[in-house]
Amino acid sequence: MYEFNYRHANSVPDAIAAMQAADDGKFLAGGQTMLPTMKHRLAGPSDLIDLKGIAELKGINVTDQSVTIGAMTTHAEVAASTQVQNAIPALARLAGNIGDPAVRNCGTLGGSIANNDPAADYPSAVLALGATVKTSQREIPADEFFTGMFETALAEDEIIVSVSFPVAESAAYMKFENPASRYAIVGVFVAKTAGTVRVAVTGATTCAHRALRIEEALAGELDAEKVDAVTIPVEKMNSDIHASADYRAHLVIVMAKRAIAAASS
Amino acid sequence: MTDFGIGASVKRKEDRRFLLGKGRYTDDIQPNGLTHAVFVRSPHAHAAIKQIDSSAALAAPGVIAVLTGDDLSADGIGPLICGVTVTSDDGEPHKAPAHPALAQGKVNYVGDHVAIVVAETYAQARDGAELVMVDYEVLPAVTDTATAANPGQQQIHEVAPDNVCFNWPFGDKEGVEAAFASAHKVSSLDLVNNRMVTNAMEPRAALGEYNAGTEEITLHVTTQNPHVHRLVMSAFNQLAPEHKLRVVGPDVGGGFGVKIFVYAEELVVGWACRKLNRPIKWTAERTEAFLADAHGRDHVSKAEMAMDENGRFLAMRVHTRANLGAYLSTFGTMVPSYLYAFLLAGQYATPLIYSEVKAVFTNTAPVDACRGAGRPEATFLVERLVDVCAADMGMDPAEIRRINFIPVDAFPYQTPVVQCYDSGDYNAALNKALELAGYADFPARAEAAAVRGKCRGIGISSYVEACGMAPSAAVGQLGGGVGLWESAQVRFNPTGNVQVFTGTHSHGQGHETTFAQLVCDQLGVPIDNIEVIHGDTAKTQFGMGTYGSRSLAVGGVAIAKACDKLIAKGKKIAAHALEAAEGDIEFADGSFSVAGTDKAMGIGEVAFNAYVPHSYPERLEPGFDENAFFDPTNFSFPAGTHICEVEVDPETGEVDIIKYSAVDDFGRLINPMIVAGQVHGGIAHGVGQALLEACRYDSDGQLITASYMDYTMPRADNLPSFDLDYAPTHPPDNPLGVKGCGEAGAIGAPPAVINAIANALDVKHIEMPATPETVWRAAQTAARA
Repeated sequence: MYEFNYRHANSVPDAIAAMQAADDGKFLAGGQTMLPTMKHRLAGPSDLIDLKGIAELKGINVTDQSVTIGAMTTHAEVAASTQVQNAIPALARLAGNIGDPAVRNCGTLGGSIANNDPAADYPSAVLALGATVKTSQREIPADEFFTGMFETALAEDEIIVSVSFPVAESAAYMKFENPASRYAIVGVFVAKTAGTVRVAVTGATTCAHRALRIEEALAGELDAEKVDAVTIPVEKMNSDIHASADYRAHLVIVMAKRAIAAASS
Repeated sequence: MTDFGIGASVKRKEDRRFLLGKGRYTDDIQPNGLTHAVFVRSPHAHAAIKQIDSSAALAAPGVIAVLTGDDLSADGIGPLICGVTVTSDDGEPHKAPAHPALAQGKVNYVGDHVAIVVAETYAQARDGAELVMVDYEVLPAVTDTATAANPGQQQIHEVAPDNVCFNWPFGDKEGVEAAFASAHKVSSLDLVNNRMVTNAMEPRAALGEYNAGTEEITLHVTTQNPHVHRLVMSAFNQLAPEHKLRVVGPDVGGGFGVKIFVYAEELVVGWACRKLNRPIKWTAERTEAFLADAHGRDHVSKAEMAMDENGRFLAMRVHTRANLGAYLSTFGTMVPSYLYAFLLAGQYATPLIYSEVKAVFTNTAPVDACRGAGRPEATFLVERLVDVCAADMGMDPAEIRRINFIPVDAFPYQTPVVQCYDSGDYNAALNKALELAGYADFPARAEAAAVRGKCRGIGISSYVEACGMAPSAAVGQLGGGVGLWESAQVRFNPTGNVQVFTGTHSHGQGHETTFAQLVCDQLGVPIDNIEVIHGDTAKTQFGMGTYGSRSLAVGGVAIAKACDKLIAKGKKIAAHALEAAEGDIEFADGSFSVAGTDKAMGIGEVAFNAYVPHSYPERLEPGFDENAFFDPTNFSFPAGTHICEVEVDPETGEVDIIKYSAVDDFGRLINPMIVAGQVHGGIAHGVGQALLEACRYDSDGQLITASYMDYTMPRADNLPSFDLDYAPTHPPDNPLGVKGCGEAGAIGAPPAVINAIANALDVKHIEMPATPETVWRAAQTAARA
């Protein structure tokens, strides 16, 4: 780890001011990607601005229509929330299977989607549930948030405050795990909300995305058999030592069908 | 059996300190004035070093020194050695390129050691290492085992043409060829034994301290064999004479073979602490462990079996290419030769065996022993080939094994490949394992799984291994540079408690408990009054250390012999005190008594008399403290049958181990709980190799599995609960009747798992690790066929 300045922020404006004053600052949420990257000396920010002390970034608020989760809420808190379990059980289960207990007790929703790792779990839920990301500046619809590999619509000094998930009629997430890292080799989140079915895929390509071909084939119905006819473009798939592109393309179909089956049961 | 003697599952004595967080590992030790070392490592797999510029590093805050290979050789510190000679087919010894502890003008793998940076803090050393400017001229790299010796390949070492270390033919070539020519059937199989990174939980570490007053170096190091470290560093590396070098292996968090070897970092830290007259500590980061610990396995083989019309094995032929990495590690040459080819008979009475091993250099980390060392490679080859033979003959895998087993009345059994097996009842273990595994009912379970869309498979592995290293004369004949006996000293203190000094080293095996049980059983001393001491050349007599499942089978016998001597001396002392003839003294349960009388004295009282010899036999030396050495007359041959049952999801290729049954012959068990733990760990290791672990370099020689994000270690949820049982036989060569148990699981498990998957998918072979994609592809191919 290279030397850096640690800044403890007490409020969102406080954090933004610290960022604007820094040469090359980074916001620190749960640190589950940031800190290992720094330990390996692959990143060397001048300032780390710790968001842990900002009360308004924490907590879970559930209504009949939506589940709103503060950006600094940990995966473990989401997984353990009976309110989330009742409102969107698939979301609680997804959070409960991210990484390992240490990761879940530190890692946060905001940190995960701001980092936008191509194999992270949360982006698929944000996309499939059609969530809205509330930031220090604006509200960003899910479909506009994830812009590329480790890229989002966020500005450098923009902080995620919370994410609001519409309550789905039914939803399910199926993850085929990388056996080593337990990130998603392919993860598929299926949600039926207000009569439409949205399907989002993570792990398979450079960035989590909606699987529009599958959504079209389903045409609003949770019918797994309809996915059989869908062709997944192999050339867009990631390929690495754990899974080649055509295997990933195959897994998208398998995981989608299993998620649909789980959501419809 | 007493509650604490032989055969009792005594809770581990050492666990108190571990559970209380009071273990003391090398990195825990913080001497005054400590400095920290970071090694500059090659980022290239193969490169010439044009220049090393240390000026910026030396100017950085806190940096004390930057030392390179030139400094090392100027001080006369010799290169690292390989301790076993293999004679190549040209009659010459294997090719042994120089293995400098710090590079001399050339680097040969990613992670190779270029310089040591010593600084006041770890962070400063790390910063300093980044500032050492090395000008490399990058050369093409050779990484692939199968093709490293092909014509036109980049040459790595001048002394090793075609990158060949040795080509070692072994066995009756003509006899085997004749048997193949007239065989009813020949089965053959091409297979790879995947390269592994050993991954002990505690990474390697070294702490060097120099006392200018006594001119002694003390080196704390993660070692399985402190005396071997001291001997090699003194006699071959010229670090310091043995009496001026103390090597301590304190608590060590797992070895699995990878901490046997004398590594560059340890030698350099030992040397630099004297040169700088400051204590220096180096602790590997996990990435360094991946890059620069010795790796294991890495064979590419062709195996063939000739059979008669009944499926009896007539002859076996094996061609293997073994990757030794960039340099020869301490025992690198021995693993794919003597520890491999001598086990190719397996449990079978195959009369003729011929093997040829071509060992090659590549631009990868050195390869050496990893739990099992050569025997897992041999066992995987034999037990996979046997399943292919069964399929080719249309026989049940259990049946083809049964008809080819060495019969129980043939022991001791001289194999055609040097080893003479001590004892075994292979049928008994197989039958028990088949029962335990519910083999007869398997078809019903497979049918039920098929209804659920899953493919069930069952796989048998009947292994035998040679451990308990080793008869010294045999090792000497084979080109080994050391004897492999073991030592013990059993010392009574005047107040009757006992200290047991062993030349072995415990790094997770529970010796402090098992050995205490031996002494408790033999001398009748309460187990709480017995302390086992190991791992410090200043405390214990010379000993060979722990590897090759030798500690109990060799080291335990040495302890028993020392106890015998104490009893013999105790009889003299008791006879004097009890005014009886020595021949009338009997010893049992910790008490010396005069036969036929009620006159007796406890062994503690005898010990006191020996130290306070006011009334004592004439001419008998005072003291109650005996040492003994044991040089075994044969290896130890644990054996058994492991049966694995899997369920494959053909849609994804995921493999779920449903049931794992193991029946082993370890002779007499001293502590069944510890033995079961060893078996559990060994099976986990073997399942890791079979399903999960793949060490992969790319064609440029970059290690692409250098972290746990990409290298998959087995975890609890990859494993079922294991069903264990035993089918012991009595090894006549071992005075305690024991066999080694530490490596058996890692040896037996991989073919059991792969045989089960091949059975599930009805395919001939599947390479390790059988990752979901590998299995999915095999399932696709099988479905099309």
